[in-house]
Amino acid sequence: MPKIKLAEHTIELIKTICAEFGNKESELINVLHKVQGELGYLPAEVQEVIAKELKASVAKVYGVVTFYSFFTMIPQGEHPISICMGTACYVRGAEQVLSEFKRQLKVEVGESTEDGMFSINCLRCVGACGLAPVVTVGEKVYGRVAPTDVKKIIAEYRDGCTSDSKTA
Amino acid sequence: MDTINLTIDHKPVVVKKGTTILEAASGIGIDIPTLCHMKLEDLNIENKPGGCRICVVEVNGRRNLAPACCTEANDGMEVNTHSMRVINARRTVMELILSDHPFDCLVCAKSGNCDLQDMAHRLGIREIHYKGEQSTYREDTSPAIIREVDKCIMCRRCETMCNEVQTVGVLSAINRGFQSVVSPAFEMNLDHSVCTYCGQCVAVCPTGALTEVDETGKVIRALSDPTKTVIVQTAPAVRAALGEEFGMEAGTLVTGKLVAALKRLGFDYVFDTDFAADLTIMEEGTELLTRLQKHLDGDKDVKLPILTSCCPAWVKFFEHQFPEMKDIPSTARSPQQMFGAIAKTYLADKLGVKREDLVVVSIMPCVAKKYECGRDEFKTNDNPDVDYAITTRELGALIKLSSIDFKALPNEDFDHPLGESSGAGVIFGTTGGVIEAAVRTAYEVHTQKELPRLDFDELRGMEGIREATIDFNGLPIKIGIAHGLGNARKLLEDIQAGKSEFHAIEIMSCPGGCIGGGGQPYHHGNADVLKKRQMALYTEDRNKTIRKSHENPYIVKLYEEFLGKPMSEKAHHLLHTEYFDRT
Repeated sequence: MPKIKLAEHTIELIKTICAEFGNKESELINVLHKVQGELGYLPAEVQEVIAKELKASVAKVYGVVTFYSFFTMIPQGEHPISICMGTACYVRGAEQVLSEFKRQLKVEVGESTEDGMFSINCLRCVGACGLAPVVTVGEKVYGRVAPTDVKKIIAEYRDGCTSDSKTA
Repeated sequence: MDTINLTIDHKPVVVKKGTTILEAASGIGIDIPTLCHMKLEDLNIENKPGGCRICVVEVNGRRNLAPACCTEANDGMEVNTHSMRVINARRTVMELILSDHPFDCLVCAKSGNCDLQDMAHRLGIREIHYKGEQSTYREDTSPAIIREVDKCIMCRRCETMCNEVQTVGVLSAINRGFQSVVSPAFEMNLDHSVCTYCGQCVAVCPTGALTEVDETGKVIRALSDPTKTVIVQTAPAVRAALGEEFGMEAGTLVTGKLVAALKRLGFDYVFDTDFAADLTIMEEGTELLTRLQKHLDGDKDVKLPILTSCCPAWVKFFEHQFPEMKDIPSTARSPQQMFGAIAKTYLADKLGVKREDLVVVSIMPCVAKKYECGRDEFKTNDNPDVDYAITTRELGALIKLSSIDFKALPNEDFDHPLGESSGAGVIFGTTGGVIEAAVRTAYEVHTQKELPRLDFDELRGMEGIREATIDFNGLPIKIGIAHGLGNARKLLEDIQAGKSEFHAIEIMSCPGGCIGGGGQPYHHGNADVLKKRQMALYTEDRNKTIRKSHENPYIVKLYEEFLGKPMSEKAHHLLHTEYFDRT
């Protein structure tokens, strides 16, 4: 993993977030959540700063980051695509939808496209099982997605035109 | 209500509230099998994640089986520890654990000492009915410890030792589900982490996932090289534990047999690290008195307390975690390294052997000693003062390999000049021992009077942090003792905060001191083993004619012939060291 050097203001931002949560180790998940919200991802160097501020071991922070699939150590694309692999979505064909996203974007799960526009991740249940299979792009939720819809969804973002069809 | 009445296997039991089913059963002679659970009584160490489910029992009226290690006994509970359902569940759990375990028991370093193997045997597993994916991880080799994570069963004992007991924080469970494994942060290698190599993870690992780097092969090669003179030193704690490798009762002193075995293995000279422990006292004790005198004279630049520096894991701990305090510990090298430095100069000259042709092997209760002897500051022209450090366990293996019937060996004596030691040198192997040895010498040097007594019971024991005040003829010397790095951290934080009133502090990384070292025969969670080893060292001390380091005639001679006086320029060059900021 290549080392990155964090900018001073990034370190300050992380420290401020830790301080907001009282620099308490028990607030680790909240801190990680907020920092990822600000930075988009949680690279090793960020985890090291958080560990120091919360007086936790880096191993423990890394343990939590790797336990929850929500947290990521890889920079996300501008439009992070998440395909739900929960039971309902899975039985209604989420895997084929995922394959189609991978094929069209030429990236694997956890990776970003070269232009940084898209990244693909899997998640477990967004609580919209009635709409299975479900895909989210950023904050937007798409329901009853078929592999044939994938091209259109990607185009919405690539061409900058968002249509309202098939959105939940 | 403070007492609980329950029945276990139809036997009535009365226990205190808060007692687990496991403890209640053990009190009436029912031995529920456990795997991940580990409790070291009196050392305040317990691992009970309730993860492995081997200890499940049936509780009447409860739908699920209950893990006995972490289920509290309740009033009126009816527990069955070996119903058909329980036995089936345990065997299923065991088979599932084994279905993701490499079947290389025949060549595994832990074979014969493996809790997992023992449990499979105890549960009568003859077949694994489950086939499936096997997790594979790369092997991680460091100067002292090897991680073979394929063999990890996620008992979390190492994690408890590394985080709660030692507060080093290198190991943590990472990932989830089937991918879950214990690892350093970012899956880095141990030698890139802040690991101290204390080896307490190795000491408690139930499988072969964590073991020491085996260097017995290198020792055999050196012993069979006719161009080399091979000498050996044995640490104090080894003599109180080696017998266990041969089925002897814990705490059996095997000093004489140990020497005899080493001679039969072919070492040219068999010496004693206890001699170097006496030398450490001369240097460290003098340093203490010098710092103390300056402090009493009002010198503001002198820092107190002085901290002992015999333990390489402790040294690495403060280099990583408290680098701003690296001028507080004594600059005295550890006994292992003092021995090496004297052997490759003073002794090599006496024997007429060139440094490169003299091989120094140490037998240590410790895995960190392997790392210590590889540190650059302990080398001259790339030739280390100590060539190989092997553990008590490795020596046991070497003896078995060499067709030596250990129990039948006669008692033999160490060679001279580096084999004579005082009782003070012997107790270096237990918590409290180094500081007691230092007191015996520092008192007499400072007061010029003979000590009225030699046994300092106030410095002994198994409490994690102890303190005592010793009267140096009107001058009260405040002493602190910590064993286990978590306890050491507490004393260090007090010093940092300016709250420490101690003049001297002894620190040993392992619970119990070196007797509980990461290289000792496995205690399998039985803290009594450590106490018996401790008693053995105090017995050896009591039986010695010389019990104060400065009265060891070979130490006196070494200063006369070679070093001059303690803290002389030569002593400084050979017997002292410096510490580094490793952040």
